[in-house]
Amino acid sequence: MASHPLLSMQAIDKRFGVVPALRASFLEVEEGEVMALIGENGAGKSTMIKVLNGFCQKDAGEITFDGRPWQAASPQEAQRNGISTIFQEINLIPFRTITENIYLGRELKHRGGFLAWRRMHEGARRLLEAFGVDIDVGAPLGQFSTAIQQMVAIARAISFEAKLVIMDESTSSLDEQEVQVLFQTIRRLKAQGVAVVFVSHKLDELYAVCDRVTVMRDGKTVAVASMAEMDKLRLVATMLGRDLAEVRRQGATAFSEAARPPGAELLSVDSIAVSPKVKEASVSVRAGEIVGLAGLLGSGRTETARAIFGAEPHQAGRISFEGKPQHFADPRQAIAAGLGFCSEDRKHEGIIPRMSVRENMTLALLPALARSGIVNEREQRRIVLRFIKDIGIKCASAEQPIRELSGGNQQKVLLARWLCMNPKLLILDEPTRGIDVGATSEIQKLVRRLANDGLGVLMISSEIEEILEGADRIFILRDGRTVGQMSRADASEATLMAAMAHGSGDAAPHGGEH
Amino acid sequence: MSVDLKEMLIKPASSEETEGRQPRPSAAAWLSRYGAYLALALLVLFNLAFTPHFATMQTFSVNLAQICTIVIVGVGMTLVIATGGIDLSVGSLMAIAGAIAPGFFTGYYFPSAPPYLNIALSIAVPIAVAGLFGLFNGWLVAGFRIQPIIATLVLFIAGRGIAQVWTNGDLQVFKMPAFQAIALGHVLGVPLQIWIMLAVVILAAWVLRRTVFGRQVLAVGGNEAAARLSGVPVGRVKCLVYVASGLCSGVAGLIVIAMNSAADANLIGMGTELDAIAAVAVGGTLLSGGRATTTGTLVGALIIQLVRYTLLANGVPDSAALIAKAALIVIAVWLQRQERA
Repeated sequence: MASHPLLSMQAIDKRFGVVPALRASFLEVEEGEVMALIGENGAGKSTMIKVLNGFCQKDAGEITFDGRPWQAASPQEAQRNGISTIFQEINLIPFRTITENIYLGRELKHRGGFLAWRRMHEGARRLLEAFGVDIDVGAPLGQFSTAIQQMVAIARAISFEAKLVIMDESTSSLDEQEVQVLFQTIRRLKAQGVAVVFVSHKLDELYAVCDRVTVMRDGKTVAVASMAEMDKLRLVATMLGRDLAEVRRQGATAFSEAARPPGAELLSVDSIAVSPKVKEASVSVRAGEIVGLAGLLGSGRTETARAIFGAEPHQAGRISFEGKPQHFADPRQAIAAGLGFCSEDRKHEGIIPRMSVRENMTLALLPALARSGIVNEREQRRIVLRFIKDIGIKCASAEQPIRELSGGNQQKVLLARWLCMNPKLLILDEPTRGIDVGATSEIQKLVRRLANDGLGVLMISSEIEEILEGADRIFILRDGRTVGQMSRADASEATLMAAMAHGSGDAAPHGGEH
Repeated sequence: MSVDLKEMLIKPASSEETEGRQPRPSAAAWLSRYGAYLALALLVLFNLAFTPHFATMQTFSVNLAQICTIVIVGVGMTLVIATGGIDLSVGSLMAIAGAIAPGFFTGYYFPSAPPYLNIALSIAVPIAVAGLFGLFNGWLVAGFRIQPIIATLVLFIAGRGIAQVWTNGDLQVFKMPAFQAIALGHVLGVPLQIWIMLAVVILAAWVLRRTVFGRQVLAVGGNEAAARLSGVPVGRVKCLVYVASGLCSGVAGLIVIAMNSAADANLIGMGTELDAIAAVAVGGTLLSGGRATTTGTLVGALIIQLVRYTLLANGVPDSAALIAKAALIVIAVWLQRQERA
């Protein structure tokens, strides 16, 4: 290890009100190094980043960067001085062109103050080419995929001559291919001597691209190691502060409880088409069964699920539920028939941020809780308290606004929103996305328990492990078509990935015509 | 890489909560929610100390009567704003209700009908008509997904035209104590219109708080996509808030003509939409939807009125009072922004 790291943060303390968020934590990054920064939600990694990039100020501790004491009053100032942050949510302007976004705030001008468009376009194109992206820089940013937008954000960051780039959950909205492109970008940065701090919940990614890892827990730095020395289980155990042997016993996901034989067919979806992406999707779910819907981003998983739930119209094909043909025109009809749907986008389609845990949980149940339109609040409170206890929702009280809860607890409230309806089929779209490891395993356990009690579950997940260990049967979608079906016993990481990528599943029950 | 461009576009970047604890409710958040009550209390205390004859029934009635129609319209507006919408047509709907009513109690429409029936019709029909126009607003907003500010602009413009066409632009003057009792009559020494206002405020507060409809109004305003996926009939809820706003406007229109003993389609409810929105904003209802308080709207209207009264009673000209009113709105909106930040 070099004697002078590029970045050194030592003994950092930070409190929010009376709550300590960071306690004597530290982080060191060498020049041209890719450092993973991981921890559960609330471990303090985001706070660490915010202290570094000037989003908030530390209470105590020392930061040196590039050999000098470091102090940034704002992320903009940090960017000017060599530390660029690429946030989870891309904060660029979708209606403006890529060039404008890259040069925003430091436009090139001709003498006389007119904008030097040609020079800027040229500069933007060259910058993006360096990352292997060849696109029309004169087109509005919003036309492009999240991945491209991410790339533009990175290009913008680099163009400030950053010596350190912080990527906070940059991959959470990218598909696998795009993640690969991002990784190439990171390697290129590294070759140029730029250091990267990489925050991600996805362990596989860390091993693919990072040199070292800094693990945080409860506001403290608990481990620093090279990725090679730290195997996955040890990493998880360190994050959770748990015994390695215990983690090994439980497996990486918490679905391990044995599945019971499933019951009668609950849902049968036959070759539905949902414009524009889903062409011929077929899925079936039996009572008491967890069915995984696998596929790459863009394969039409979410659209298929939404069509089943009546949230999007389907143009062709048949859906039957409990043996009867159904064509739900809106979610209300689907809910009345006994379906529930947890969206992948908790913030925009799940929680009602200002409302309490109680109100969020009973949103769908409200009509059933009322007589002549007046809510029976006693009954409402009774049900809410029961579910808070039953599925272990950590909240100050049922009246706490849901936005104050952690992601995992929000997700539990949303699950309870459906469970209190006593549904027959629950559709879960990315049920554990963005949720820390502890809450993920609790949710997975809960889903298995519910299935054992007879609930049918259709689960979409981008986590291969979650599908492999969680699902009793797996349907694979590729480019809007069901290309295969596997039972739990037949499925392995290799076969599943192959089917997702090339469409060569073990069997093609509905899609024989391909 | 370019295959999934469209796909990526319609998938919003999944955004997760930042870690670290939620900030404790800030002073600004507290002020945004309860500041209106505090301000009202301070205003009352100030006046008790410095304004002569403040603590009299007369002052009480005069000030409340001034805000009656604004508050009644404001309650409907509160419901609309709670869903994230806005209703610009309320002043014009007041004009329509006010223009229709005299034809009944003067016996112009039904000369042979008994007077009490005509009085009843003069109250029921204009309110119902205003409600129907509200339904039209709701139909535009919910059925065609037209932005509320544009959808209600239609009747903001056309509504007053309809009222003027109905009356040929004539001023209708009348003296009909039985009808005018809704504004001028007294119960327990308090003008009836104040009782009507309080009843509307309390009824709406109860609906918002205790009924399925009320909770669904707030859910739609708080997160429309989530509400839809949870089976909330979003279109129906939106439609109904505009109907409620129309009904409130109808009531307010009748009170205006009853007070004035005259119906002038050109003037009834002129500018009321803006006064109502101001009262809603100052009262602590979030303009972006999802949080609403009708008592807050009453308090908001009271504050605006009391500031004006206080300034006038202490020798400040009315023109300066307008500037103070604008300042209040700026402060209220600023507080709301602080809370969101």
